[in-house]
Amino acid sequence: MNTIDHQPFRMPLPPGRARAVPWLTVIGGSALTAVVPVVASFALLPPLGLVLLLTWRLLARFSLRAWAAAPLGLFDDLLSGQPLGSAVLLWSACFLTIDLIEQRLVFRDFWQDWLIASGCIAFCLVAGRWIALPLGARVDLVLLAQIVITIALFPLSARFVAWIDRKRGAAA
Amino acid sequence: MAPARDRRTGFSRRRQYSAFFAYVLAIAGALVGIALLVVSSFNPPAFAALRMTVASVAAPVASGLDATVGVVRAVPDAIGSWFRVHGENAELRAQVARDARLLTRARVMAYDNRRLRALLALRDRSEDVVVTARLVASSATSARRFALLNAGRFQGVRPGMPVRGPVGLVGRVLETGPIAARVLLVTDPESLVPVRRTRDGLPALAAGRGDGRVDIRSVNATNVRFQPGEMFVTTGTGGIYPPGIPVAAIAASAIDSAIAVPIAAPDALDFALVERPFLPMPVSTPRAAAATHVPPQAPPPAP
Repeated sequence: MNTIDHQPFRMPLPPGRARAVPWLTVIGGSALTAVVPVVASFALLPPLGLVLLLTWRLLARFSLRAWAAAPLGLFDDLLSGQPLGSAVLLWSACFLTIDLIEQRLVFRDFWQDWLIASGCIAFCLVAGRWIALPLGARVDLVLLAQIVITIALFPLSARFVAWIDRKRGAAA
Repeated sequence: MAPARDRRTGFSRRRQYSAFFAYVLAIAGALVGIALLVVSSFNPPAFAALRMTVASVAAPVASGLDATVGVVRAVPDAIGSWFRVHGENAELRAQVARDARLLTRARVMAYDNRRLRALLALRDRSEDVVVTARLVASSATSARRFALLNAGRFQGVRPGMPVRGPVGLVGRVLETGPIAARVLLVTDPESLVPVRRTRDGLPALAAGRGDGRVDIRSVNATNVRFQPGEMFVTTGTGGIYPPGIPVAAIAASAIDSAIAVPIAAPDALDFALVERPFLPMPVSTPRAAAATHVPPQAPPPAP
């Protein structure tokens, strides 16, 4: 990775805007999934909002407040087609769980982050399916594929978030 | 990764309180989520207005993207057809000659049909297309199968209207916003469409599976055999879908419950036709007014 800072004297973003950037990326991820011009026969598109939210939380711990998951989840619910409140609940639960894990697992590397994110993604998608659909619906294979795709997207999302975080400057 | 630097909040009261209230708010957020979930599962259209307001912003964006993708996708087709013009012309001429005979037969049959229906005093309901629009996006991350239609209340779209493509049934309108509507596709696990077999009129239900196909379940007969390729069309029962719209074709032979592939692939659709419900909801009769109407009293007896 290229770590040369070509503009070492450039001013970082003002704190207000730096704090808004993670929110905007998560909202943008949620909105992007809703405007993809494809009428899908089954759900395979990864929930980009959730992946970006988890990446911000795991890579840049103080970029989002502890309560940020609920309003961001509300926005995702308005667009995703899930019953309203499912992402509010599940994303908040993910944030609280990550907080609990963070107290025990203080030094983490990328693989552990990926593992934690995988658990959260699988939990959100499985619980979301359980909330949205009757038990008899036959979507389990598709759901499994969606979980795998979403988990595989995490490293890409981590690169993206790290890039934005570096541009954003060291706003604590 | 380094440990979180400021888990310890130190002696600063301000930081202690803000950390504490952040967690209070986080847990409150989860509780609000539970409350919203309970409300929206017992009353699904509760937040329709909010959802469709956001969708009315998303629909134009999706329409623009959809048009862009359409233009890009048309380029190879245009080049290919340029080279195939002569062969295609010959093919089409041959096909016109073949179809002329069929057309004559069909005209005779249509005339017979009209005459016989007139004898039976049946009245065909004219097809009322409310609006022709496009399906521009869908719930591609959720297990529910909704599509976003780029026409809404301003164009006359109302909840409950059936949506069809040129070849088959797509679904029905669930929620409407000013310029966007949410369509429940027939493949959604909560969609049920009453259908009948074209061959013998066997009644069945087409229930969505959520994986792009539908289950055809026989309704009032057991030990029914379904063969591959059998077509199912709507019956008109229930009053939403007009009768005779193709819904699905059986994929593999089975007994009593078979997997079928929908005729209309919503993604390959150029246009979706929104129609009026087959039997509109009965308007509430002014029964209350009639009940309060007091019958004229008998004249008081003469003293």
